[in-house]
Amino acid sequence: MLVVVCVKQVPDTTQVQIDPVTNTLIREGVPFIVNPYDTHAVEQALRFKDRFGCRVAAISMGPPNAEATLRKALAQGVDRAVLLSDRTFGGADTLATSKVLAAAIEKLAQEEEVGVVICGKQTIDGDTAQVGPGIATRLSFSQLTLVDRVDELDLSGKKIRVSRKLEGRHEHVEAPLPVLLTVVRELNRPRYPTVAMRLESADAQVEVWDNKVLQLDVNTIGLKGSPTWVSRIFSPERAKGEMLGDGVHDPEGAAQLLIDKMLEKDLLAL
Amino acid sequence: MTPQNVIFTTLLVASLLFFCWSVYRRFSLLCYGQPEERLDQPARRLSEMFLYAFAQLRVLRKPFGLNHFVIFWSFVILALANGEFLVNGVFPSVSLALLPEGVHRVLLFAFDVVSLLTLFAIAFSFIRRLVVKPPYLDSLYVKGKSPEAFLILSFIALLMLAYFGMHGSLAALGMENDPAAMPISSLVGAWLGPHPSLIGTVYSVSWWLHALVLFAFICFLPHSKHMHILTAIPNCYFGALTWPATQPREKFEKGAVYGVGSVERFTWKDLFDSFSCTECGRCQAACPATNTGKALNPRQIVHAIKTNLLENSQALREGRKGTLPLIGDEGEGTNTEDAIWSCTTCGACMEACPVLIEQMPKIIKMRRHLVETESRFPEELLNLFENMEQRSNPWGIAPGERAKWVSTLPIKPFVAGETEYLLYVGCAGSFDSRAKQVTVALATVLNAAGVSWGILGKDEKCCGDSLRRLGNEYLFEKMALENVELFRERGVTKVITLCPHCLTTLKNDYRQYGLELEVVHQSELIAELIASGRIALDKKDDSFGRIAYHDPCYLGRHNDIFDAPRTLVQATTGSTAVEAERHGRNSFCCGAGGGRMWMEEFTGERVNHARVDELLAQKPDTICVACPYCMTMVEDGLKDKGAGQVRVRDVVEVLAEGLLRKNA
Repeated sequence: MLVVVCVKQVPDTTQVQIDPVTNTLIREGVPFIVNPYDTHAVEQALRFKDRFGCRVAAISMGPPNAEATLRKALAQGVDRAVLLSDRTFGGADTLATSKVLAAAIEKLAQEEEVGVVICGKQTIDGDTAQVGPGIATRLSFSQLTLVDRVDELDLSGKKIRVSRKLEGRHEHVEAPLPVLLTVVRELNRPRYPTVAMRLESADAQVEVWDNKVLQLDVNTIGLKGSPTWVSRIFSPERAKGEMLGDGVHDPEGAAQLLIDKMLEKDLLAL
Repeated sequence: MTPQNVIFTTLLVASLLFFCWSVYRRFSLLCYGQPEERLDQPARRLSEMFLYAFAQLRVLRKPFGLNHFVIFWSFVILALANGEFLVNGVFPSVSLALLPEGVHRVLLFAFDVVSLLTLFAIAFSFIRRLVVKPPYLDSLYVKGKSPEAFLILSFIALLMLAYFGMHGSLAALGMENDPAAMPISSLVGAWLGPHPSLIGTVYSVSWWLHALVLFAFICFLPHSKHMHILTAIPNCYFGALTWPATQPREKFEKGAVYGVGSVERFTWKDLFDSFSCTECGRCQAACPATNTGKALNPRQIVHAIKTNLLENSQALREGRKGTLPLIGDEGEGTNTEDAIWSCTTCGACMEACPVLIEQMPKIIKMRRHLVETESRFPEELLNLFENMEQRSNPWGIAPGERAKWVSTLPIKPFVAGETEYLLYVGCAGSFDSRAKQVTVALATVLNAAGVSWGILGKDEKCCGDSLRRLGNEYLFEKMALENVELFRERGVTKVITLCPHCLTTLKNDYRQYGLELEVVHQSELIAELIASGRIALDKKDDSFGRIAYHDPCYLGRHNDIFDAPRTLVQATTGSTAVEAERHGRNSFCCGAGGGRMWMEEFTGERVNHARVDELLAQKPDTICVACPYCMTMVEDGLKDKGAGQVRVRDVVEVLAEGLLRKNA
């Protein structure tokens, strides 16, 4: 059985600033990182590999330099890395993205049965959390989002039991395979690549599939296949706070004022 | 030949053969270690050997060391007497009496006196182990009251008693050539004189006792901790010529092995260190981890290496992997991961060891194995490693915010040719809110003194100190190479650092990458500015009250900077800082070195609490530090101890505030 894990290269959003004039992200000089949630997805895939000996393939859709993200997955121990890169894939929204990823998974499934697909719950640049469910829908896989614990993967019974982390509660669910999971950070602690694995991955082959390989209708993918358009990105105006008391000379008084203020606005539960 | 000679000769030859075989068996194990250059500069090595092995400088640092000094030198002198005894036992006609009379006389006198001194010294040793019982004699697997220790002490005492028995009997019989030169033997002879029937028996018993104890000693020695009499002297010769504040580079290539995961991965010198340990316990008495109830005991690390090597020796000889793991929970002969991660790399153990054993580098080698080969380390470090790799600072703050501390200060970027010094602010000085205040204080002082300096601003990167001490050499190398290239590109030659960890990394570690920088700690530069009159203070500022100074390990012990920070205090206040009980070279760590800054402390007392208690014992109003990590640890410790009224200042803050008040 093959486990497919979807990863994405994202700009390090803590370092992204928004151009106040054009309201667009200033991407220059911003380093790229692996989407943090995806590192937990990779770890879960590798745990399945450790436990059941299944093979793991990492796929990513992105520009050629997204290869670095796949190399990182290789360093952690995935068996195969495929970069889906083609000009026609560019500018895709979540719908078009999920079509390309689903097509790649179907192609992988021609060689080896895909039992589990794992994605991070969302990416930190888009924050939509739609791609994972989109893939599941297109592949007609069971769909378990926000997984924070895998209780059991039963390969012979072809089912999986997990815990989902919802707001204020947990849900324990079971689903038949094949399944798509989206995972949260609490699921695991990603492994740190050993030096040997890092050196190994530096020379490992990252396959690149373009649309000649996937053969998708160009009108259904990329910018053309994306019904969502971003009209504007902006930082919300933040109301400026007020200075309370004199923290330097009268810290206790200032603290009291702050507490009163918080009580007044009902920010503290007593 | 008499039957006595025959028996003696047979036993002697047998003991010597057993001795040689044992020594060969043990020392041949060194061949399984990795190569390491320890033969260069023979003249310097000889002088180190003389100072530490023969003059016993480190042994004498503790008052009781005098006792060992006496035993050691008695042993050296009595080696002649014992040599004579052995030769004489085989060839009765050969003795020291063949030497010129004057020389023989002096020797006889010396043998008599040192034998008595040794008896006293052995008595003191018994008292120390049985009555005084200093706590550092005990460790998990080796106890102060070990049968081995008492056996060795008894052997020595018996040899001395037998010596007096033999020579006393001879004196009583009038058979000593020169009884006047042997005051103690003559005294024994005088006691025996009235009992002529006893003399013959006393002589024979003493002679055989002397012979048998000596043979037993020869056989036992290579299998006991007393082995150190063979290894300690060469170990001082092979000791590190420069203080090992840094770690060697590793070669990253496919198929290479990183760090030390099994005993044969240590170098031959590491293994030799383990043969040289006498289990005196001085390292454990100095270790901040051991002192606060952590799993680490530097003496146990060394003991584990020896035990592990011996345990696995058969396997190594047969070319197999050893069965007892070096790192694990298998008890004696293994090191727990907990112990390996408890080290603050403060170097107190190395400073304490009388025979120059290097404990700390061994711990880092094992950390390298855990991080680089096993990918096993305390959970907290994953964040640190990721932050360092992605954002080049331990907190993971956006690199763009590095120069935010500058705010309104008139600060220029470093430009080669125009600016003299690069101020390498470091991560703490750039991102930690408390340390940023120190950076600002330093900037104002430098400006007041008219120093030409600049910064790299957001291009500055972390030096990688924590990574190297934590054993993540792969990532350290990556960052070091980036920094070396950056410094070269920008034409940096002279650097001021705020943090002793940056200081040591830029000064000692980057040298391995061919980058020779003139690196000074801020306190050194400012002390020079004071000396040259470029900073003038009136030495009257009393607003700090009583100041206690805490030596940062990486400034003091690792880089020999003790006076400069004290000078800053003295120049501002006119009085000398008070000292904690352990200070200077013997200072006690704050608990943050070796990457411990980024780790939780789960067991025992917190190291910073122990240190703060010690500082508070001096009743200070202000505690001075010269390192941002020490700042955090001491401030936190004071808060936890409810001693918030005591202020913590970096020495440069004291000076800056003094300047401000003077000029106000």
